[in-house]
Amino acid sequence: MATTTMTGDQGTAKVGAQVGRSVPRLEARDKVTGRAEYTHTMRIPGMLTAKMFRSTVAHGRIKSVDTSAAKKLPGVFAVVTIEDVKKVIPDPYYGPAFHDQPILADGKVRFVGEPVAVVLAYDPHVADQAVQLITAEYEELPAVYDEVDALTSKVYVHDVLRPAGTFADLKHLKDAKDTNMALDYRLRRGDFDKAYAAAEHKFEHVFTTQKVLHLPFEPHATIADYKDTGVTLHTASQGPSFVRTEIARLLGWPENKVRIKVPYLGSGYGGKLYIKLEALALALSMIARRPVKVALTFEELFYQITKHPSTFRIKSGIDKNGKIVARKCEVYWNGGAYADIGPRVTQKSGLTASGPYDIDNVWIDSYAVYTNVTPAGALRGFGVPQLVWAYESHTDMIARELKLDPVEFRRKNIMREGRPHTTGQVLKDAACEQVMDTVLDRMKWSQPFDKGTGVVKRGRGFGIAIKAVITPTTSVAIVNVSADGSVTLYCGTIDMGQGSDTAMAQMVGEVLNIPTETVRVVPRDTDVTPYDMGTLGSRSLFHMGHAVKRAAEDARDKLKALAREVGEPEGSNTPIRELFVKRYGMQAGNVIGSGIFKPDYIPPAPGTGLSENVTAFWMVSGAGAEVEVDTETGHVKVTKLVNVVDVGKAINPKIVETQISGAALMQLGFTMFEKMHLDGGQVTNASLADYKIPGFHDVPVVMENLHVDTNQSNGPFGAKGVGEVATFCVSPAIANAIDDAVGVRLMDLPLNPEAVFRALRANAGKPLEDE
Amino acid sequence: MTAARTINFTLNGMPVTADVKPHHNLVELLQMQFSLTGARESCGQGLCGCCTVLVDGRAVSGCLYLAVFVDGAEVTTVESLDTATTLSPVQEAFIETGAFQCGYCTPGFILMVGQLLDAHPDPDDHQIRHYLTGNLCRCATYPEVIEAVKLAAKKRKAAAPA
Repeated sequence: MATTTMTGDQGTAKVGAQVGRSVPRLEARDKVTGRAEYTHTMRIPGMLTAKMFRSTVAHGRIKSVDTSAAKKLPGVFAVVTIEDVKKVIPDPYYGPAFHDQPILADGKVRFVGEPVAVVLAYDPHVADQAVQLITAEYEELPAVYDEVDALTSKVYVHDVLRPAGTFADLKHLKDAKDTNMALDYRLRRGDFDKAYAAAEHKFEHVFTTQKVLHLPFEPHATIADYKDTGVTLHTASQGPSFVRTEIARLLGWPENKVRIKVPYLGSGYGGKLYIKLEALALALSMIARRPVKVALTFEELFYQITKHPSTFRIKSGIDKNGKIVARKCEVYWNGGAYADIGPRVTQKSGLTASGPYDIDNVWIDSYAVYTNVTPAGALRGFGVPQLVWAYESHTDMIARELKLDPVEFRRKNIMREGRPHTTGQVLKDAACEQVMDTVLDRMKWSQPFDKGTGVVKRGRGFGIAIKAVITPTTSVAIVNVSADGSVTLYCGTIDMGQGSDTAMAQMVGEVLNIPTETVRVVPRDTDVTPYDMGTLGSRSLFHMGHAVKRAAEDARDKLKALAREVGEPEGSNTPIRELFVKRYGMQAGNVIGSGIFKPDYIPPAPGTGLSENVTAFWMVSGAGAEVEVDTETGHVKVTKLVNVVDVGKAINPKIVETQISGAALMQLGFTMFEKMHLDGGQVTNASLADYKIPGFHDVPVVMENLHVDTNQSNGPFGAKGVGEVATFCVSPAIANAIDDAVGVRLMDLPLNPEAVFRALRANAGKPLEDE
Repeated sequence: MTAARTINFTLNGMPVTADVKPHHNLVELLQMQFSLTGARESCGQGLCGCCTVLVDGRAVSGCLYLAVFVDGAEVTTVESLDTATTLSPVQEAFIETGAFQCGYCTPGFILMVGQLLDAHPDPDDHQIRHYLTGNLCRCATYPEVIEAVKLAAKKRKAAAPA
């Protein structure tokens, strides 16, 4: 170890114990000075701008597209339709789960807002103006919007489904036709029917979640620069490796001719995963034979990707002792017109649909369904927030109905370490009870609670949840020690604000015993940074963390070997740069360490969906909420929000806290007011003026964000992911608090004043008329 | 598309000239002609604050502010704070409190917090929340921003001549 000690010129930061430090973000200066570069504001010489003409119907056959007037507008370089695209990419369909999405609408349109034609111009205003001159005629077809209706509808969004076969966990998907079901995940444990029939108490509820979206403040953007010898894409992506694979496939090229570069990312939350604008940008650059930028406006985000709306029918059988003996979960995921990663969301979240409870008889059906709306993908939780909304509301309703304490009811049923989880995998390093106890402690749950008087009533609620990390996925990292002793990390994890660059650098610093601040993390560039499955699902700190740690250890071992080679005695304190000088006669050479990580995995068994090793680690979170409900207006004020998560050991406690807080506040918006309004497939509130997101005044007066002190035994330095966990329980905790305050139960998100007021009036026997 | 017009203004302390069309907004002017990308268009409606620029010392939404209107004005962007020596107290406070995640909205916050502290050198929580209502952060780093404002207020006081 002594040979890796760095001295003198390595900066003034503290040496040693890098893991566990609240190191300020490495990129902080670039961000506060406005110097951080994002794809959306990037330009390259000779670049054309693309603007899209989008479908105005939800489902229809394209009879004609008239681009003649647009083409005549001075300054227009080209107007492109799918026919032009097919000349350069004969099979122009892409997608991570199914190759179902055409680069531009091909014969049919499947949702309002689907791109039909594109104008290219040097001046974006000219392109915009030309788009207004394009017209299209459609033969409208019946459309299907609802995820439950779509399963039995004779309206099919796609004539044939073509699985992509890319991901190890989606290899089982088959070609299909005459269905809107992209994937059905089933889990069968014990005998639900028998246990439910015999249960003392039976409960059945249906919960829904609305259509909301990521709204990254940097909207999606890609610049493609195609040459016959190779293509470079600058893109706002959470997964450059996948983009490279997919672009290479579309081109029929080897991956080494495709270069994906990702500068700073103006957030993602799952919305910039897999492949979005990249295929279109590629095609346009091939057609134009010069660089082309495709960048969405804020409004266009509503036609790119959203969260899955869901319907969850949940049934539980309870025995006379308050034990849950049977649970059936039927979850319908509204995937929109193209599958995107919906099938993976359906399967991976389906694993934990029955919640963090020890139940012997479980039946889970989870359906990914096509509909004629904007496609849905992953949004900060990979489906889990939708599930927790249902099962933690349901759990509370059961407790209330049976006059059991909601906490004790959960405690009686909570899954404990060493017990098999519903999937069959033995639960390990999942601090369910510890998280629950910490929430209750911070909520002062055992103390008397003021329920309020007059028109404003007070209540409090609670929720707990579990998630299985997406498995199996692979990460690769390289640590390069230069001849002056400085260290560079190459890893494909995208730091979109979660602080991963800093955390990864801390791990390198820990292994090599150097200050975090001296580690350079190179910008993401697939010509340089090795493979990573993607920055998603809270997987990076664990998977890439392992790869980074291994790469740093490999570099450390090679430095030791170098020291031996140049005749240094064991334990010598010689600075690294002197080792290089001794070996190469001058400041020259490199030591390169590499690391790869892929966890073990057993796929869910066909038929039962069970597996003894289905996930690399569990995530646990809990939330408690106190609310004030104005019974005259239905307004709900969240006066206190406590969020507690199990992250294993925190690599950077300050950043962990910010992640918890940010995730919880984002979910607060999805809980209280955010909603895409759809009318006949048309989005009627596609702007920030009409689609409200949380601002300063929405932050609860009291907010506590904590992580319990645990150790993830198979994690790098005992750590695991944190990006999503704090979203899980916010919605049910608030709904449970509203019920506690005013005795009404809301089963559909969002919990806006109208919904609360309608429920209050219905409860009082004076329901309002429907809209 | 109508013809361009020549305007003269001061940009971060330097006199400059630009040719702008009537429909160009201030963000486009700064990005296309001066390669200053700290002010960014996001919502395009003047609601998120990502495009905040100071015109004659007053914060405006650069996505709604027509470029021709800065003719003769003093324009200040976040880049004016990027000097070789030190950062502003607000910038330092944002770093020390970790008051950003993705950073896209951060320049707007930095400028607006500067203006907030000019108006209220020692703001309380309510003043901070109220003053910054026009700045949104999708990463929801609001609690950290409140902390940063308070720290920046202290730093400013400490730096002020007695």
